[in-house]
Amino acid sequence: MNIEQIISELKEYKGPERKIMEVCGTHTASIFKSGVRSLLSSGIKLISGPGCPVCVTPAAYIDRCISYAMLENHILVTFGDMMKVPGTAGSLSQAKGNGAKVELMYSPMEIVDRAERNPGTTYVIAGVGFETTVPAYALTIEEAVRRGVSNLRLLTALKTVMPALQWICENETEIDGFLCPGHVSVIIGSAAYEDLAEQYQKPFVVAGFEPEHILAGVYDIMRQLQTASGVEKGVHNLYKNAVRTEGNKKAMSVIERYFEPGAAMWRGLGMIEDSGLYLRPEYAAYDAGSKGLDQDIELPAACRCGDVIVGRINPNECPMFGKACNPMNPYGPCMVSSEGACGIWHRNIGML
Amino acid sequence: MCIAIPGKIISIEGHRAKADFNGNLVDVNVGLIDAKIGDYVLVHAGCAIEIMEKDRALELIELFHDLDELA
Ligand code: SF4
Repeated sequence: MNIEQIISELKEYKGPERKIMEVCGTHTASIFKSGVRSLLSSGIKLISGPGCPVCVTPAAYIDRCISYAMLENHILVTFGDMMKVPGTAGSLSQAKGNGAKVELMYSPMEIVDRAERNPGTTYVIAGVGFETTVPAYALTIEEAVRRGVSNLRLLTALKTVMPALQWICENETEIDGFLCPGHVSVIIGSAAYEDLAEQYQKPFVVAGFEPEHILAGVYDIMRQLQTASGVEKGVHNLYKNAVRTEGNKKAMSVIERYFEPGAAMWRGLGMIEDSGLYLRPEYAAYDAGSKGLDQDIELPAACRCGDVIVGRINPNECPMFGKACNPMNPYGPCMVSSEGACGIWHRNIGML
Repeated sequence: MCIAIPGKIISIEGHRAKADFNGNLVDVNVGLIDAKIGDYVLVHAGCAIEIMEKDRALELIELFHDLDELA
């Protein structure tokens, strides 16, 4: 098997239309950058999933971030992706323009140093992310505890991917197969998808981010879908260089030491039991009040973000796309984040 | 948001390491992996989350071999 054979088979596919969801925004971005779509038969549809933690974070969370940034002696620290996401009264970036104290971080762990150097200031870390990022927050708390740094808090909007995938399998039955999120899988392991694959009899393929990885993943899913019914569909790991069957156990255990599951709100999907991670009661002193931030903004009536996030429509099927809604003037969160499907599609408009 | 990028470990001191990303040296926490100097690691948010065992070319050869077994 080589890449040319894969490309020609995928181009010449003439069977029934298949929908494959790439769960994570990093895949969406890479699919566009590498032009993978143009290599596929029109019978193979790639749909973007909910795998951008920024896009599924409700507005109440942004509002809380802003209110901390306005408090005296407080600084809100965040990854850059969050800056432009709209809350009910604007974004962090707008708030910063109005005097709110917002700083960027490369890693939450560096905030332990910043907080130690500035004992009079409370650093509130905007802890957004999936399993890939949670270990970094856990190590941050571990370090803060170890060094006795107490002027640091986590405001979490942490989510785990499996409950959302379960929701999608249950509610969006048209999706034929899943390209699993590669870097989430590094942590949780490819075995994590086995129950879903078995229960819903759908292929789950873990793939990396190079164009060859993605094409191989799509090919594998199509292969599995073409085999006779009765043949088990399953989990295949095509990113063995980074993803182990069992994942990174040290990372999983550090997550478990500091966080416990709880209900969380996903834009587009709603409340999902046990799909969030919250600091354990033992570490409540480090929590900036992360529970209950469930209210979302009323999206403009025409904004179809909710449908985009679960793959019911492609961004360009939204009537606002590229017209009233564009990266300079985003209506919905999916247009804002660098890994939001609408934004990625818009930046690559020439390739549609 | 969940992107992790590979860098090469240059030095290690406890859980703190320096990794080289195309000539930029960056502080990386290696507490979650058993890294040694010279390893290529995947780094996300300042944290090394896994060791990459093979170079890209070798990885792709093995990937296509795996697909053969499916066919
Ligand atoms: S294009 Fe804009 S308005 Fe339409 S779904 Fe995307 S973010 Fe919402």
